[in-house]
Amino acid sequence: MITVHNLVKTYSSAAGDVRALKGVSFEVARGEFFAITGRSGSGKSTLLYQLGLLDNPTAGRIHIDGVNILELSPQERTAFRLHELGYIFQDYAVLPLLTATENVMVPLLMQGLSAEEAGIKARAALEAVGLAGQLHNLPSQLSGGEQQRVSIARAIAHAPKIIFADEPTANLDSETSRAVLEVFLALHRQGQTMVMVTHEDEYAALADRVITLSDGEIAADVRNKKE
Amino acid sequence: MRNGTNHKSRLQTFITSLRVGVFLARKDILRANIWTTLLIVFVMTLTFLNLVVIGGILVGLIEGSVSAVRDRYSSDVIISPFNQKSYIEGSPRIVSMARGLPWTQSVTARYIEAGRIESGYQTRTRLNDLLDRAGGLVVGINPAEEDAVTGLSHLIVEGAYLAPDDVDQIIIGANLLFQYTPIVSPGLQTLKDVGVGSKVRLALNGIRREVTVKGIIKSKVGEVDQRIFMPERELRALIGRADYNVDEIAIKLKDRALADEAKQALTREGVGEVARIQTSEEAQPKFLNDVKATFAILGDIVGSIGLIVASITIFIIIFVNAITRRKFIGILKGIGVSSAAIEVSYILQSLFYAVIGTGIGLLILYGFLQPYIARHPLNFPFSDGILVATLGGTMLRVLILLVATVVAGYIPAKIVVRQNTLDAILGR
Repeated sequence: MITVHNLVKTYSSAAGDVRALKGVSFEVARGEFFAITGRSGSGKSTLLYQLGLLDNPTAGRIHIDGVNILELSPQERTAFRLHELGYIFQDYAVLPLLTATENVMVPLLMQGLSAEEAGIKARAALEAVGLAGQLHNLPSQLSGGEQQRVSIARAIAHAPKIIFADEPTANLDSETSRAVLEVFLALHRQGQTMVMVTHEDEYAALADRVITLSDGEIAADVRNKKE
Repeated sequence: MRNGTNHKSRLQTFITSLRVGVFLARKDILRANIWTTLLIVFVMTLTFLNLVVIGGILVGLIEGSVSAVRDRYSSDVIISPFNQKSYIEGSPRIVSMARGLPWTQSVTARYIEAGRIESGYQTRTRLNDLLDRAGGLVVGINPAEEDAVTGLSHLIVEGAYLAPDDVDQIIIGANLLFQYTPIVSPGLQTLKDVGVGSKVRLALNGIRREVTVKGIIKSKVGEVDQRIFMPERELRALIGRADYNVDEIAIKLKDRALADEAKQALTREGVGEVARIQTSEEAQPKFLNDVKATFAILGDIVGSIGLIVASITIFIIIFVNAITRRKFIGILKGIGVSSAAIEVSYILQSLFYAVIGTGIGLLILYGFLQPYIARHPLNFPFSDGILVATLGGTMLRVLILLVATVVAGYIPAKIVVRQNTLDAILGR
């Protein structure tokens, strides 16, 4: 599903070049729950940004479902993100002037669905993450956990091929974090391919496979045994 | 075939971007802080008014003069002698003909003679002491008929209007009196210490006669304020005009728009062979048209500066709006919303502010300002200024403002949207 080959990302700064990723290679299978862990500054978020087409690597190759994403134009990258990927941001990244339903509707409308169709799909996605009672609430009327669920609903509503989640529990309490992870597991059980960045070993352990990054390189690649 | 498919796909993408742009703009406007929205709309309203009203008043200032010349002097059609003639031959027949036109409301005939007024002769101690003198045109009128055409009685600022049987009474134009025209200039003579009730000496046609100032008129029309009015019977006797031939005939029509028809009818009757027939427009002093054109250009310059200020204002509003929402623009791009959709949403927002601001501006302009200033003209020294805002001119300015708004809304949106998506999301 995802093939990453010799991925390099270098940031330029006044202090000199910083190599955030130093030739990372791995593959993610279709339907796999894939976790990326590592300490702060290890390059795990940088890796996710490259996979999620939010940033351009300095060198290397990324193929998603057979498409070399580095050959896509900016417009094609936007369209690819819209149709093929779902992205869950660390700080929820919900739009403050849109209700929960409207937040989820935006990418659906962008895919060409009518407002009515988008509304139906958005409500279904919100109900799937347990927000049936908060459909018309603005983000300011939702808790952090609820906002993260809106973000998840937005990522899953259009049934993307892959969902990327960047530290989805970083700003949540443990109880809410577990609830969010439950949603992920439910999606995974339905065959959804998922790539999640986390620094919590407990949550990484829920994934099928975990790679640990250290100083921009893969330090460990572990396949978890499931009961 | 492939080109056709690409074209269709591009069109679909554009339509989708438009739909999403409308969706985002609508939600942004509906849920934005009401006070912020009101402030932006207020700024847009003022900008629009600045664009229309300043130029409109500049043009209206001269338009007021033009109207005053028409209403207080020439009326809708004026008949005057040819240059080589000193009066209009066959005046009684022409006056009668003018009264008989189906469009005529009223007619006034004026006897005119150059004259001079002197004062201070009663108090001088030596015969060769200089007198106060002022030269002007002495005009003999039928007070009621003149009033019906030019409303002369309403221009009296002191004293009273003439009565038909007045004897040795005059009303005098403000330009001949120092108290109303306090200008000391070698070329301009005015009378000091003369007011209502003053005895002055009228000198014309070799005759001197003491008369009393019954009233003072101020019309802001040079041709009128430079005149001395007295009953026609009195002037006719003074100048010995026994044939009733007059020097000016002003005709007020029931409908001003019919001036050309009236002129043609008089021309057909042969009046044009003995006198000059002019509509009020033709009788306007040329300099007024030149000043009007100059002020229109000035108005456009001021309006253009207003437009630039408006564009910058919109640019700043949209830019600040976009910058403060940079993170959310990044998120929109991150979840796959096209740059075009985001740009459309910002353009629509700026258009919304411009349309509402302009709409309120139009209401204020045509619902209040223009009718109010028409009823209460602005009191400029040489004109009663009105506000000229033709529908065509205003609509052109509305269009220009909207186009400027679209551009001013698009550029900042484009600048922010072009930024790196990840940088925008992470606030770098």
